Amino acid sequence: MLKTFPKGGVHPAENKMAATAEIQSLPLPKQVVIPLAQHIGAPAQAVVKRGDVVKTGTLIAKASGFVSANIHSSVSGKVKKIDNVLDSSGYKKPSIIIDVDGDEWEENIDCDPALINDLSKTPEEIKQKIMEAGIVGLGGATFPTHVKLSIPEGKSIDHIIINAVECEPYLTADHRVMLEKAHEIMLGTSLIMKATGVDKAIIGIENNKPDAIELLSKIAKEYKGIQIDTLKVQYPQGGEKQLIKAVLDREVPSGGLPLDVGCVVQNVGTAIAVYEAVQKNKPLIERVVTVTGKSVNKPINLMVRIGTSANELIEAAGGLPDDTGKVVNGGPMMGKAISDTNVPVTKGTSGILIFNTQESKRAKIYNCIRCARCTFVCSQGLEPFNLKNIAEINDWEKLEKEHVMDCIECGSCSYTCPAGVPILDYIRLGKSTVSQIIRSRKK
Amino acid sequence: MDDLTIVLLTLATLSGLGIILALILYFVAQKFKVVEDPRIDEVDELLPGANCGGCGYPGCRAFAEACVTTDNLDAFYCPVGGNELMKNVADALGAEVSEKEPQVAVVKCQGSPEHRKDIREYDGPQNCAIAHSLFGGTTDCANGCLGLGDCVEVCTFDAIHMNPDTKLPDVIEDACTACGACIDACPRDIIELRNVGKKSRRIYVSCVNTDKGAPAKKACDVACIGCGKCVKICPFDAITLENNLAYIDYEKCKLCRKCVPECPTNAIVELNFPPRKPKAEKPAGEKTPKTEAKAKKTVAAEKTEETKPNTNQDK
Repeated sequence: MLKTFPKGGVHPAENKMAATAEIQSLPLPKQVVIPLAQHIGAPAQAVVKRGDVVKTGTLIAKASGFVSANIHSSVSGKVKKIDNVLDSSGYKKPSIIIDVDGDEWEENIDCDPALINDLSKTPEEIKQKIMEAGIVGLGGATFPTHVKLSIPEGKSIDHIIINAVECEPYLTADHRVMLEKAHEIMLGTSLIMKATGVDKAIIGIENNKPDAIELLSKIAKEYKGIQIDTLKVQYPQGGEKQLIKAVLDREVPSGGLPLDVGCVVQNVGTAIAVYEAVQKNKPLIERVVTVTGKSVNKPINLMVRIGTSANELIEAAGGLPDDTGKVVNGGPMMGKAISDTNVPVTKGTSGILIFNTQESKRAKIYNCIRCARCTFVCSQGLEPFNLKNIAEINDWEKLEKEHVMDCIECGSCSYTCPAGVPILDYIRLGKSTVSQIIRSRKK
Repeated sequence: MDDLTIVLLTLATLSGLGIILALILYFVAQKFKVVEDPRIDEVDELLPGANCGGCGYPGCRAFAEACVTTDNLDAFYCPVGGNELMKNVADALGAEVSEKEPQVAVVKCQGSPEHRKDIREYDGPQNCAIAHSLFGGTTDCANGCLGLGDCVEVCTFDAIHMNPDTKLPDVIEDACTACGACIDACPRDIIELRNVGKKSRRIYVSCVNTDKGAPAKKACDVACIGCGKCVKICPFDAITLENNLAYIDYEKCKLCRKCVPECPTNAIVELNFPPRKPKAEKPAGEKTPKTEAKAKKTVAAEKTEETKPNTNQDK
């Protein structure tokens, strides 16, 4: 029997239409808008000003603290201005706007696709390179990678897990990356292993990607300590905690981190970014984005420079269909509808998903029928209906006691609710309020 | 054992038991006696019992307890009962209390559909806090009222209602007790407590948009564009400009109304003032009543003249 996590989970229709579409490079846009807050933690601080000439890969904003990340120019050209621009959060945020002029890269970046298998760098050097390159988790949570790889004193880890699950329906960016950049993944994984001093790595892939499993299993033999695990298709297996449970059968304690059970989880895309940063000096300036949807003309996977407007991606996929209901940044389960298609692609944009009017409608809300389906599907063992009720009456103390902070916001509860109750909306509100309360208590 | 002995024995056992238990209860009651200041009850009686939390305490009882234990009542204020109630409380406790300016909630947004066009749809839960966490709003203004009524929901006094025409909350001034529940509920800090003012007259900047002038005006006709004209004209330095947004300090404002016509976007609102006379006629204002009076007199004179001959004729 295939491995999976034991508690809860759902299996929505996969709809991976773009799985066979090879990654294409999107032509350079005329202008890029690079938000200063693209990662979890403190926003970066701009180090360029209006009129400055930048090259592709030039540092334009510096990390402002340990949990923060550098940001580099994704194009060459001139800084037009630094202004507040609407991004996928739905609000105007400080961003650097650059007018594109040619494509001149910084001299130290190696654009040669030849593989470099060199593990002579020390762990500190590797981490330093990762930090300088501004790499963040590319799975969607955008947590700065150098922070994740810095193992605090007193903790020890024995496994690196590479997250190649891509459990979100529709999205195929990671799948294509595995098929087209398999060696880079392996080399990146080896570097992460070196950086953390671990000799075992497991790549977890769901068995709806047999071609990727076959390819990676074949080449994994060439690399020391890397093993491929085939997993049963189940959402939200791509969640860190679920993946660890599925692969290693270890349970991350409530309020704990994967570090507490001896592992670090990294996304496949992040592994490639690590490889490119360490061996090729290439900062995180582009990523693969899936543009898809049932009504989309040609669902595609695009290699996109950070800061490109989502409009251009949609154009490349054949334009916005007439029956568009919503455009979602990310996958259908955890993604968020964007309020304007003219928002920039950021480090965390894994997909642009276009729902038609039929799909995008919210279900009519009825009263809870106490069927407990949300509780059955919750892979964190929570009681979503209860959390929702408590959040609705603003009883934040009780909500904290009911472990709302353990919710991973996967949306399985809202997905499965036959009464159409927007459970996750309320839980998310509760979670953000409770986390604010916890933060203010620490101060 | 005959029947009588049984009855007597039963009686003796039960009364003995009763006495022992009563003694236990008596000693326990003595031992664990809770001494409560009787004045707490007294003060509690005076309070409205709405438990709204406007005083900053979890309920009226907690407020009463706090009032009794404090030396200085000046920091205590029940917004529902106002100065009158606080005076009663002070009298009951034999203390002094200073008078406070009564306040009322003010909604600082005029973004009705007429002024602020909807450019997006929202179909999520009808709850301001959730909508606020998801996006900037259905209009281009990311600071203004979302119109989903979280403030209406929390009001214990039925003093705030959504206006179906403007899609904005209206405060019913007579019912508002300034308890501050709506202020805490509003995720965008649109509602503010301001002094009621003389004859309920108030002037305030009815906008919270911190965008620069051009985008603010584009999003909403009546947005504060941060031009600073009101700051210049104010003779009392009551207006400050911060983050492209003007703010009138109600402590300093003397209600002269000079700033109101100065605002190019009509973002400054005056409430409960008598209608203003047209500006051009103002210099002639002093004369008009006299001339009118004269006119009246002349008319009256004409009438009397007309009537006089008639009376004469009659005679």
